[in-house]
Amino acid sequence: MSYTLDQEQLDGVEQILLQDLFDIGIHCVFLIDMAGNVIASVDNGDIKHDIYSLAALAAGNFGAVNTMAAMVGEDEFSLLFHKGQKENMHFSKVLGDFLLITIFGKEISLGYLRLKVGEAAEKMKHLLEPCITP
Amino acid sequence: MAFVNLKKKEVQTKIVFYGPGRGGKTTNLEYIYKKYNHRIKTEMVTIKTDADRTLFFDFLPFDIGKIKGYDIKIQLYTVPGQVKYNATRKLVLRGVDGVVFVADSLAVRRDENILSLKNLQENLSSYKKSIFKIPLVLQYNKRDLLEQSIPVLSVERLEKDLNARLKAPAIEASALTGSNVAETLKKIVSVTLTSIEHTLT
Repeated sequence: MSYTLDQEQLDGVEQILLQDLFDIGIHCVFLIDMAGNVIASVDNGDIKHDIYSLAALAAGNFGAVNTMAAMVGEDEFSLLFHKGQKENMHFSKVLGDFLLITIFGKEISLGYLRLKVGEAAEKMKHLLEPCITP
Repeated sequence: MAFVNLKKKEVQTKIVFYGPGRGGKTTNLEYIYKKYNHRIKTEMVTIKTDADRTLFFDFLPFDIGKIKGYDIKIQLYTVPGQVKYNATRKLVLRGVDGVVFVADSLAVRRDENILSLKNLQENLSSYKKSIFKIPLVLQYNKRDLLEQSIPVLSVERLEKDLNARLKAPAIEASALTGSNVAETLKKIVSVTLTSIEHTLT
């Protein structure tokens, strides 16, 4: 898979991250590809997470989980979520080639976040699909 | 595949250090991290076993400045060299832009070098990439052992075994002492960036 995103598409992705996810009160959200590249990110300015290292680890982690799913006869594990004391992380696949990662606190319920992530992922599909060369 | 962000004028490239287990891939990254500490804003990420062997990968991102107005972010990865970790090696190779093959100069590791290079070729082809086309630099590591009386492969032998068909740039180095580690890095960065230069407008 290869892909090219122009300025308009990147603006569109950022807009979705901002309006659909950031505005509900999450701390940080970013879209990466499965090679671990950061495509777009939005955060509240208070946190100092190293998103490039997080992206590399998330891509590797997601790849490992997918391989585990295949080994037990599943296409994928649809929910990938890590719960911490203050910060939680949620991972959602977009179009099979991208990963949407949100970092959020206890003010937001997992159910609501999943709903919003699902909506955002759907919008992104329309935006990203034309950019992908199989 | 390098990601070019036209909006932020930024390029992210992925360079993977590949090679047999205990060949010095992690030591290369540790030396780079130590030497360029002032330019690296983040910690080096490593996922290793209790026995200090790489389990998944090491990761070291750093910025090398601007080319054609684009900020260039180089992301260095290593793979676990042990044969049993092929699934994770394959994962790390996903989206790779350039490879440093770290060959072990120890005479007893000759077969492991050849097998690891073959494994690299197979894993690249699973992503429809050719070892003959991808930016590649060979590093003949552990040349410092020549000064001790440990049997070491000659450069001619290593060239015949590994580079006869590839004809890739090859550098003698010692990751432990740091000799030619920076040169290896400069070479792979240069060939990798040359290969993606056409995408920068």
